[in-house]
Amino acid sequence: MLNNFATLDEERGFSFRNCKRNAQLVANGFIPPKAIKTGTTICGVTYKDGVVLGCDTRTTIGNIIWEKKCEKIYKIQNNIFVAGAGTAADMDGMVKWMRSNMELHRLNTNRKIVPVITLVTTLSHHFFRYGGAISCVFLIGGVDNNGPHLHVVYKHGSKMKLPYATMGSGSYAAMTILETRWKPDMTEQEAKELVADAITSGVVNDLGSGTNVNLCVIRKSSSEKINGYREICGNGKRILDYSIKHGTTGIISETIKKIELDVIEEQIEKMEVE
Amino acid sequence: MMSNNGVNFAPFWHNGPAPGSFYNFPQNNIKSNSAIDEYGFQRNGGPITTGTSIVGVKYDKGVIIAGDKLVSYGNLARYHNVDRVFKINENIILGMSGDYADFQFIKQYIDEIILSDFSADDRIVLKPKDLYTWLTRVLYNRRSRFNPLWLDMVVGGMQGEEPFLGHINIRGRSYTNDVISTGYGTHLALPLLREYSEKGPLNEETAQQLIQKSMEVLFYRDCRGYPKYSQANINANGVTVSDHEVKQNWDLALSIKGY
Repeated sequence: MLNNFATLDEERGFSFRNCKRNAQLVANGFIPPKAIKTGTTICGVTYKDGVVLGCDTRTTIGNIIWEKKCEKIYKIQNNIFVAGAGTAADMDGMVKWMRSNMELHRLNTNRKIVPVITLVTTLSHHFFRYGGAISCVFLIGGVDNNGPHLHVVYKHGSKMKLPYATMGSGSYAAMTILETRWKPDMTEQEAKELVADAITSGVVNDLGSGTNVNLCVIRKSSSEKINGYREICGNGKRILDYSIKHGTTGIISETIKKIELDVIEEQIEKMEVE
Repeated sequence: MMSNNGVNFAPFWHNGPAPGSFYNFPQNNIKSNSAIDEYGFQRNGGPITTGTSIVGVKYDKGVIIAGDKLVSYGNLARYHNVDRVFKINENIILGMSGDYADFQFIKQYIDEIILSDFSADDRIVLKPKDLYTWLTRVLYNRRSRFNPLWLDMVVGGMQGEEPFLGHINIRGRSYTNDVISTGYGTHLALPLLREYSEKGPLNEETAQQLIQKSMEVLFYRDCRGYPKYSQANINANGVTVSDHEVKQNWDLALSIKGY
């Protein structure tokens, strides 16, 4: 591969050089490690004055629940939040990238807020360069000077602007609720209830989603993250009192011995009080 | 390495059968993907002309089963006016999804059963659970011979005074429930149906509205969906099979600008 050395410095993005080797290894019987997926239900809804994002809180590795209460909604800017679905590591890496890029952009352009479309465009361009190898999907919700926006960016780099959207393994269940009950110009409370209902539908009907519903409301001049808006799964309540009462174990006999202690050494240190 | 309490056994042989797994004898060429095996016998290789989802809801006094009026030929929406829900007799309604040819094959046998039931002239009419168990046995048997009938059937009706609703799938797994859905309906319609049915028994009007909403969502979100559907409603008064259209609302298309 001597002829590739000259171009090494110019290589950007992902190097796909190992793909052939990896395919060969898999064909020879190598079992690659499993990625931690978030197997999720996330959804977003635009209402009259803003956007509501919602997510469940379960992380899975294969068929095992790894984390019961994880965060899937991330703040990128005061006016932009994202909800992510897919491989957890990729999501965390991309959120770091998004946060630093958007903050730098805001400082460089010397404005108060970053338009939502800025994040959407940079993110979709980034994903496209990696050819879908960064395995995560984002719902981007935010309010800027042009009003509330909700976008979806897929792992290969395509993007869509929608009034309501769902992603993740529970997206079918959540989309059913949105398709039947979404209407334009809802109030904030209606929007929050709708998103909570949609995520609940995902939690109840999809095995990859579970535990709680987290919400995030983004309005023109404020945003609010509500963790545990609805708790769907939880530990059961103990019905009976299981504490052991005093006197349960019968006492046969009692012996009291005094332990004699000898003073061996005495040290006095003055404490500085100032 | 797997720990056998610290003892490692060397394998007794290489390139031979492994306990618990299927062993391909070296001289047999089993990898061939041909539809016809060496004895000239053809197996079901997959569905060709297909019907998509069926939705069934049990209400306090009866059952409604609905399915759209499309039979697809792969990606082509080939036959637009096909009923996929049927009245079998005064007690039974049936919805089919899956391969339409396999359904036509088994429908002949069902018709024969109904005819011989009528000819017996003993004032005993076939009940839904009878057809349900019969279908389970047939589909399970076919699956066990590696030649399935590619069908997902929903059987509904009046089992005496009580409404009955059951589902039999391609492998002969059957179950009964208050709400049933097949195909994409399991992902799209079932969450909605469960939300309402778990609150308590439904009345006919709510069941009707639920079916309408489900068919609407299925048309919006299933690529093989269709806006016209037929439904069969069975209760103590008898069976009605009727045609309906999905109420499409595309208003939100005007508000989507940009991407």
